[in-house]
This record gives sequence, structure tokens and C-alpha cells, in this order.
Amino acid sequence: MPYPTDRKYTREHEWIQSSGTTATIGITVHAQESLGDIVFVELPKVGAELTVGKTFGTVESVKAVSDLYAPASGTVTETNCDLATSPEKVNKDAHGSWMLKITLKNASELDALLSAADYEKFVAEEGGH
Amino acid sequence: MSSVEATPAGATVVRKTALNAVHRQMGAKMVDFNGWDMPVEYPASIGCGIINEHMAVRTGVGIFDVSHMGDIRLAGLEALAAVQHISMNDASRLAVGQAQYSALLYPQGTFVDDVIVHRLGEDEYLLVINAGTREKDFNWVRDNTRKFDCAVENLSDDFTQIAIQGPKAVDVLQKITTSDLSAVKFYWVTRGTIALHYKSMRRFLENTLIARTGYTAEDGFEIYVPSDEATSAWVWNRILEVGKEFGIVPCGLGARNTLRLEGALSLYGHEISDTINVWEAGLNRFCKMEKPEFVGRDALEKEKAAGLKRTLVGLEMTGRGIARDEYKVLDGGGREIGYVTSGSPAPFLKKNIAIAYVLPEFSAVGMVVKVEIRGQGVDAQVVPTPFYKRPKK
Repeated sequence: MPYPTDRKYTREHEWIQSSGTTATIGITVHAQESLGDIVFVELPKVGAELTVGKTFGTVESVKAVSDLYAPASGTVTETNCDLATSPEKVNKDAHGSWMLKITLKNASELDALLSAADYEKFVAEEGGH
Repeated sequence: MSSVEATPAGATVVRKTALNAVHRQMGAKMVDFNGWDMPVEYPASIGCGIINEHMAVRTGVGIFDVSHMGDIRLAGLEALAAVQHISMNDASRLAVGQAQYSALLYPQGTFVDDVIVHRLGEDEYLLVINAGTREKDFNWVRDNTRKFDCAVENLSDDFTQIAIQGPKAVDVLQKITTSDLSAVKFYWVTRGTIALHYKSMRRFLENTLIARTGYTAEDGFEIYVPSDEATSAWVWNRILEVGKEFGIVPCGLGARNTLRLEGALSLYGHEISDTINVWEAGLNRFCKMEKPEFVGRDALEKEKAAGLKRTLVGLEMTGRGIARDEYKVLDGGGREIGYVTSGSPAPFLKKNIAIAYVLPEFSAVGMVVKVEIRGQGVDAQVVPTPFYKRPKK
């Protein structure tokens, strides 16, 4: 499974794509695959503060409830409202269906995250499914 | 993201059905279900996933491996008396070839398990029981029928049980059996030949048990074939092949759960358990108090007089949120009045629904309550059950 190299990944299966002090956040193809049909996405409001490693929202499939973890600290500037009515878009295009845009508090937090190649290796080692 | 899937703690040795390799080959997502390694859903790449599998059963046909279910055979001169003693429904009403839903109860009127009782012969009954309670059920049945002239056998490992479910299930199964399925009514069983073809090879499974039963709130059949891997795979693949023209899809336990939930069918460990009695579970119509005796009857008599402390209701979420198993049910003021036993999005109804135990004063249809979701009370309403009823033909 090719993961885009223009972004970083967490071990909790989020991706984050940054440009200067702004960043876009979503969940990975692997995450949507293990969840199955996604039916509900709950995101924070614009202005909310994210703390790296803490939960910022919820994604639910028919079968499972999963917390979303912040890949970095920052302030929410935009949320993808489309996902409130069409959460299945995450299944169809996980790497294109962003969830949040944030202003990064400390861009160097991203250095601790996984590269595409490392994430791919992590997924292969973690599951086998 | 971290996944919190609702799977119970696994047994040390994971058990597999004879179709395990077939499921894996098809790319199914496997989960530990009560100690069994079972498919929860098949991949989107072959048109599956819980929602597609669910919709296929409501509008066409789906096939399920339900071999993890257990089977207990009671046979002998006093088989009927034995079944009458351990089962709350009235087996004396069954003609040969007929089946009924029932439950095995503890002396206190709570559930050992729910079962389907099939009358296979004059003095022969087959109880189909749940996977997670196989050993417990068998021991309980054996121990409670010792005084009867009746042999009790655990046939759980002898069968691969395949469910073919949906309005087109009859068309699919008819293609591989000589039995006239139109003559088999819902909750009746027959024995017939299943014809298997593969290239130039032919094989006939004679005397196969074919029951018009299921757990999907849809028309359908459950067939019981020999549990060796080769035969099991052959039957499974043959059904998929002849079902192709009807749009058949393989279905996992995920769809099995959402289908039964729309039909408000009970699941052991959720709506029924060893701490819940028959009246609370609302299974009154399957409990024949006019029978002079069965295990649990005396306690149920007393419970009836004492009145209900909680009752099962259907909920539909009117606010934005999905009720899940074990979430709290609250009244308008935030007071806890019950809990969700099963909750999920309902793929066919396109609503978020739940079954919950609530205090009896909140059980009237139309009552507005709340379900606590991540600390917030989300609006819900008591609605009639079943949520889904299949259209009459």
C-alpha cells in the first residue's frame, strides 16, 4: 500500500501534512480499512486547542468507535464539514478526506512522527490483516 | 486513532470452523468471537463490508458461516418429556419437521441460553444453541435430563452450519437441492439432497438437514452439512457460484448483528443472560406458563406477581450520535434509568437504533429519553419493536 510521502504518520493511524506553521490532519487508508464502513465523524470546533497525543474527536464505523489522537499541538482553523453528512468519503479516499486544519504550536513536534516508509513498516508489523 | 472493538476477551485456544481457510482466502477481516476466529466482514474489493452485506440480505441474498453454533440431540422414548422439562416453550405442539424458538432457564427464571428446538423425528429433537455457551448448555442439558429415558448427544462439531438468508435465499438453495423448498414453511425443517458439482465431479449430500430458520429477520435457510473441510468448502463455494445470478455475497458477524438488531432479536450476553428473567426480556410469548412444569417456572410465577423492575425497549436516536452496547440511558433530568444492551447504526433503516433496559415507567412508545454518549446526553425516543419487519409476500 503506497502512503504519500508528503506527510507524517502516527502510530494511532492519523496523518498530518504541514506547510510552515499550518497543517492538515486526517486518518490513514489502513485506519479506514480496519474500521470498515465509517458512519460518523465528530470533530472539534474551530478555535479548539489540540494537545499532541490527546484525543480530539471520534470516528465511528458500523461496528467500532475510535478516538482520534492529535499528531501535533495547535489551534483548529477549519474542519471538514462535508464529513458530517458524508462520512463514507473517508473510506473512499482517506488520504484526500482531511478532517482538520490547524495552526501548529510547535512544528518540531512533527519530527517525532513516522515517515511514509516507517509507517508502512509499522502497519505490516502490527497487524497482518 | 485507536480502535475499541466490541470483542469479548478471547479464550486461550481460538477455535476455528471448517471454513476458516476459505474466509481468510476471501480476505475476510477476522475477529475473536466468544473464543472463535470468525469473519466480521468481507472486503470492500469484492463488494462487501457490513453495510453492503446487510443490504444484500434485506434485498437479495447473503451466505453466512454459522458453524460456531452448537447442536444438541435428544432422542429416546422420553425425549419429549426431557425437552418439556428444560425448555420454556411447548414442544408438544411441534409436528415432526417443525421448529420453535425457546429458551433454557435456570431455576430462578433467568437464561442459560436461547435455543431453536427442532423436532426431527417422533422421539428426536435437535437444540441449536449459541457458540459462547456450547459447553455450559450441553452440561446443563445433560445434567437436567438424567431422569428421562433419553440420550443426549453433543453434535456441535459434526456440522458445518451455513445460513442462506434473504428474499432470494429460496431461489439460490433450490438450485442445488431436490427438495421442494416452497413446501417448507418458515420454522419448518426438511431433509433433502444437496447436489454438488465441480467441473466433471459430482457429489450428493443425501439426507441433509435443511431448516427454514435464521437470525436476520428475513426469509432464509440454515443447512447442516458434514464438518470436514473439503465438503464444507465445496458447499460454501457451490452456493456462491449458483447464487451469483442473484447477487449473493458472503456475510460476516458484523452484518449478522445489525440484521438481528433491526429485527430486535435477542443476543445472549446482551438482551438475555443469567441475570435477566423472561419477563424483563419480553419473551413472554415463547414462555408457556400453562405447561405444568419446566425449570424456572416457579420463579417466573413469583416474578410475575412481583412485577417488572426493568423492561426491554427499542430506542431510536433523534439527536446526533450512535448508541452503543452498555451506554447509559438517562431521563430528561440526567438521572440514570437504564442501559443499552445493543446499539448500532441500522444500515437498512438508515437510523441509529438501540435496544435498552429501562425502568418500566419509561417504556411507553413515544417516551423521550437520553443516551449518554461520551459524557453528553443525546436525545432518543422509545419506538415499537421490531424496528424492521419483512414485507409480506
